[in-house]
Amino acid sequence: MKTIILAALAALTLGADGASAQAPAYKVTPELEAAAKREGKLVYYTSIDLKVAEDLAKAFERRYPEIKVHVERNGAERQFSKIGQEYSSRIFNVDTVNSSDAAHFIFWKREGWLAPALPEEVQRLYPAGSFDPEGFHAPMRASTSVIAYNTNLVPAAEAPRSFRDLLDPKWRGKMVKAHPGYSGTILTATYQIGRDVGWDFLEKLAGQQVMQVQSSTEPPRKVIAGERPVMADGNEYVVFLEQARGAPIAAVYPTEGTPMIIGPSGVMKNARNPNAARLFHAWSFSLEAQQLAVDVGGMRSFHPGVKEPAGRKPLSEIKLMKDDPVAVEKEVEQIKARYLRFFKT
Amino acid sequence: MSTTGQGGVQRAGAGMDLSGPVLAASALFLAGLICLPIGWIAAFAFTDRAGAPTLGNFRLLLDDPTLFEPLMTTLGLSCSVAVFAALSATPLAWLVARTDMPGRRVARVLMTASFVTPPFLGAIAWEILAAPNSGVLNRLWRDLSGAEDALFDIYSFPGLVFVISCYTAPYVFVVLTNALDRIPADLEDAAGILGAPRWRIVVGITLPLALPALLAGTAVAFLQAMTLFGSPAILAIPAGFHTVTTKIYSLFQFPPKPQIAAAAALPLLLVTIALLWLQSRILGRRGYAVVGGKGAAPRLVRLGAWRWPVFVLVFAVLALPLFLPYMALLKAAISRLPAGPFDPANMTLAHFSFVFLEFSQTRHAFANTFVLALATATAGTLLALVVAYLVARRTDLSGRALEFLAMAPIAIPGVVLGVGLFLAYTRGPVVLYGTLWILFLAFLTIELPAAFQQLRASFRGLHPELEEASRILGAGRLETLWRITAPLLKSGVIAGWCLIFIGTVRELSAAVMLSSSTTKVLSVVIFDLNEGGNLGAIAVIGVAMLLLTFAVVGFANWITGAGGGPRPQPA
Repeated sequence: MKTIILAALAALTLGADGASAQAPAYKVTPELEAAAKREGKLVYYTSIDLKVAEDLAKAFERRYPEIKVHVERNGAERQFSKIGQEYSSRIFNVDTVNSSDAAHFIFWKREGWLAPALPEEVQRLYPAGSFDPEGFHAPMRASTSVIAYNTNLVPAAEAPRSFRDLLDPKWRGKMVKAHPGYSGTILTATYQIGRDVGWDFLEKLAGQQVMQVQSSTEPPRKVIAGERPVMADGNEYVVFLEQARGAPIAAVYPTEGTPMIIGPSGVMKNARNPNAARLFHAWSFSLEAQQLAVDVGGMRSFHPGVKEPAGRKPLSEIKLMKDDPVAVEKEVEQIKARYLRFFKT
Repeated sequence: MSTTGQGGVQRAGAGMDLSGPVLAASALFLAGLICLPIGWIAAFAFTDRAGAPTLGNFRLLLDDPTLFEPLMTTLGLSCSVAVFAALSATPLAWLVARTDMPGRRVARVLMTASFVTPPFLGAIAWEILAAPNSGVLNRLWRDLSGAEDALFDIYSFPGLVFVISCYTAPYVFVVLTNALDRIPADLEDAAGILGAPRWRIVVGITLPLALPALLAGTAVAFLQAMTLFGSPAILAIPAGFHTVTTKIYSLFQFPPKPQIAAAAALPLLLVTIALLWLQSRILGRRGYAVVGGKGAAPRLVRLGAWRWPVFVLVFAVLALPLFLPYMALLKAAISRLPAGPFDPANMTLAHFSFVFLEFSQTRHAFANTFVLALATATAGTLLALVVAYLVARRTDLSGRALEFLAMAPIAIPGVVLGVGLFLAYTRGPVVLYGTLWILFLAFLTIELPAAFQQLRASFRGLHPELEEASRILGAGRLETLWRITAPLLKSGVIAGWCLIFIGTVRELSAAVMLSSSTTKVLSVVIFDLNEGGNLGAIAVIGVAMLLLTFAVVGFANWITGAGGGPRPQPA
């Protein structure tokens, strides 16, 4: 498990220049816990699926009943705009943030909005290169964006195997996909698909009468409902969760490669509840929280102690595309403009 | 107005005539309420990113197809909805107001009830009903007919027109029934005596007399369709097209382009003003000179053998905005799969426990929504009351100026106001973004005209004699207002209050621009949930929201003992 994730991480430096100093990591001390309890609450902005986010928050509240977690869930790109708006109006509402678009952390770090907060457990156990050595962000979760189909409506033999298969006329009007202007997962995936499969593919896909939804959590739900038999993109973790519930959906890992999405977390410098934020941040990287994110959240984890549930395709067997937040951050406007031109929304 | 001076002399102090200062203060406040956001929009529309004056934003609006196409789409949408709403509401209104159709009172109440349904909730319900593959109605159609294709695709331009019409036709209906109620029977009788057949009376007399009201209602339907945000966001984006409102919203995505958004908002403002002007011209020339006279009570047309077929037809039409959507929402609230089969295996209470026990925004959003709705309704009614009083009792220019200011917000679409307030209050000196105040200002501005119209109508039915008697007996203007005028206005006041309350709860287009994470209201929460695909939670929150709205409106009517529920009287 460790080695695979390391391989996936080869490119994930998030713009940290190699020369930067190692930040001092922090431990969960009784003092931190006491200070956090005095604050009594924290505001957690995240782009993770709402139910999964609330599950994590409830698990933390069970561990620390004195601290209330206020979850604010939005698509990563919507969340990014919202934080930008709030900060330009000097509203410092968010304490700790998690985003499925790792490029956001490059921006926030550059703007000086993040506080260095490197949990000791991350420094000790997480693969080097996965987290910011200065401690401004670390990978709370990872997932992929996959193709998937409704197993009641599409026989396995006829299911698409590659992105290019989706251009077959037989899928015309039969696909759903999420939006890169809303979802960080999809923005990241769109960049990787444009780079590795080609923008001409996306242009042709736009001609296939694709139903356009917003969040990357929604296409699997549309597929299960039978609204469209195939999803062209969408996150893997909701597919896992729905499979566990017995829903008729199966993921396809395209032959061209599967977009890899890393979802880092960070603590805001202007957090109103800095101690509660740090406590939650550290807890979210613990084995307990990470195992929960994997089990009930369908995530992939960087924690070496996490056990993958049986039945999920191991990352080692998936040909992964490389996540490159630095490039995403540079090209975001161009990606969105192209997408708008092809897909009209 | 000779008594004014006397009152001031006789009872200096308590009875001092405050109407001058109050008028000035109200005018100033109203002017500020309107000019500030509009001023900011104008300022942004004509400047570039660096703040230099330019016309480039408008040139871009025309040159860039991703900006120009939404403008054309919105134009087509508004025209289609106006026609569709007028065509469907006119026969309904006539049947309900002028015939002996059975159940016409119930039909009237139900049509008004669909006014309470937020259009975005209706749009979501129609997704459950008529999504091309998973929609309940389309599945039923396939099962029954064996057809491959869907009967109706809600994610399409016609689908959007249909759903918006469902929730704008009630406006046309209400205005039209009010007018039809007031058309005296004399003219129709005269035509009848002269030997005109019944259909000629309807086509030749009744409808022409109701035409001004029909035009007014249709104009409102047009404006509604043009400015709605929720329904197109829910139905047009999946189909791959934008309207102006969804486009404006998307222009605030990172990196935000407020200048272009402001430029795109101006056409909405101009079209609204032009349409209202046109309407006042038409209404000014024709219309109420005849309608509203106290002639004989309207005579009902006997439908004879057609009574029951017509009854079935009317209630089938009412199923579209009401019965079907609410059934879909109720079913989604207790189903694992919203559009899944209706059997015990698909039933669950998970959505209720999620919404009320797990979802950390539920409590905040309910509290925010109801605090805002109560505050806006109360403040808005008071403001409308003061302004309507001044307007009714001042026939000079200052009165008319004040009337114009109170009605002006009707020309400002919610999304435009949202953009304006966002631009005004996200930067110094006064930063209101992130507080409930900015939402309060937005809702107050948006809802004021409806309450004002309601109260202006009430004042018109109130002769000044009663007040003058009170003034002669020595009471001051405010005391008279409080002791004589107010009690007589009670039902109008309650209706105005309820109108604002309902309007605030269902407002989305400005709220979506202006709410931050701590000031989210229910409409925005529902919108967010929809983007994540959480239909079950939406259904639970939506139904709870409607129940609470009905409870508050019912309570308001009950404690004040006023009989009449809200009677929307748009434009």
